[in-house]
Amino acid sequence: MSDTPVDTDKVRHVADLARVDLDDDDVDRFAEQFADILAYFETLDEVPAVEREADLANVMRPDEVRESLSQEEALENAAETEDGYFKGPNVS
Amino acid sequence: MSDGIFITEETIEGADDGPLAGRTVAVKDNISTEDVRTTCGSEMLADYVPPYDATVVERLTEAGATIVGKANMDEFGMGSTTETSAFGPTENPAAEGRVPGGSSGGSAAAVAAGEADLALGSDTGGSVRNPAAFCGVVGIKPTYGLVSRYGLVAYANSLEQIGPLAPSVDDAAELLDVIAGEDPRDATTRDEGTDSDYAAAADGDVDGLEIGVPTNLVDGADEGVVETFWSALDELEDRGATYHEVELPSVEHAVEAYYVIAMSEASSNLARFDGVRYGHRADAEGNWNEEFAETRKEGFGEEVKRRILLGTYALSAGYHDKYYKKAQDARAWVKQDFDEALEDADVLASPTMPVPPFERGESLDDPLQMYLADANTVPVNLADLPAISVPAGETDGLPVGIHFVGSAFDEETIIRAGSALA
Repeated sequence: MSDTPVDTDKVRHVADLARVDLDDDDVDRFAEQFADILAYFETLDEVPAVEREADLANVMRPDEVRESLSQEEALENAAETEDGYFKGPNVS
Repeated sequence: MSDGIFITEETIEGADDGPLAGRTVAVKDNISTEDVRTTCGSEMLADYVPPYDATVVERLTEAGATIVGKANMDEFGMGSTTETSAFGPTENPAAEGRVPGGSSGGSAAAVAAGEADLALGSDTGGSVRNPAAFCGVVGIKPTYGLVSRYGLVAYANSLEQIGPLAPSVDDAAELLDVIAGEDPRDATTRDEGTDSDYAAAADGDVDGLEIGVPTNLVDGADEGVVETFWSALDELEDRGATYHEVELPSVEHAVEAYYVIAMSEASSNLARFDGVRYGHRADAEGNWNEEFAETRKEGFGEEVKRRILLGTYALSAGYHDKYYKKAQDARAWVKQDFDEALEDADVLASPTMPVPPFERGESLDDPLQMYLADANTVPVNLADLPAISVPAGETDGLPVGIHFVGSAFDEETIIRAGSALA
């Protein structure tokens, strides 16, 4: 089994980091499932180090003004807007 | 529609002529269609109407195809059965009472049921090939970079590719010809597919083809699946192909590496769903963080929450080296193993899925069991290689797929191999 047991506090902490609210029964179920899944992920410890060939090339384009969405189009899926801006909840 | 194939049935007319004139196409609902809602199978995007088309959609309509609907899918592509869709499951037209596979289950079912001539799905760990196998149709996962992902709602972008589903290899290859090729709007695309003629490769000629069979992907499979797989190989041998067995030790760790990487990328990609710019927004009281968390609680289903949380955990301080970095090592190992095996073989063959289609509801209670079902398909996404699933026959009346993996940008060879069977 895992040497990092997943308790309900840990699930709540991760849910908080991920900004996903959970009901209590979700927390209990996830804690149980995460223990199994993370124990399985720990078999990655058996993977040998492999030299990675970095065969990568940057793809660049000139920084020019191009066609884009209009402000109206960009806002049309927002639940709340004001004066042509997105309107979000209060920050604090 | 009662069989759950489409989330939205809407006709998008294509050009008057072109290579796909007169053909109908179902498009997975995580591929953006201008003015037609694109839900990703999620409550979060139930009312989202993109103001632009994905590049593949532009290419389809320019080629004369008519889009007939947005196909059902596992929520955000997360699942192997199309049962995690917020809009209900899809029936498997080829196996009553069974799942169509996932996550492109609606796309595969549309083709199998004759609701569309062709379909587009997306494949992050097998999501085109798995439902192709379960529904008895053909599905291709192209080499990473062959097909533009512009307008595909991202789940795990280092792994996923849009791919075709069709009744025959010839039809799937024709659709791939239309969507393949460089796109200035997706900097990960390459130019190898720009002037392709994959359809010409579907000539059924496997004389001299050398097939590698990774024994560790065959041995663990269901008995009836293994029998069907070997009879398909016999047929290829009768037509002049030869095979040898190969060892791929890295694939034993591919599933855990795949899920760590996919979940990590998902936790980052799905952070964009905050309810402010698009998507569901909770009617909650509180500050930004509280409203954000409530929006995401209401908008996401269980499998999506599970993967976001596991991905957040794998990337969090103290665990990054333990999970994410190790998964990247495993990914490099898988690539190396496949490249070596493909030095002595034109293609690698195995069953697409180690089991016949699941009964509905069978896998949902045990997520780890569902993840393990993808063992044969996920290594290909880790290695960025092309692969095809082709109907190999049936076991107890249930479809079985055979899976061919090729070298990077060598779509012709897997298409040729598959076309000898379907």
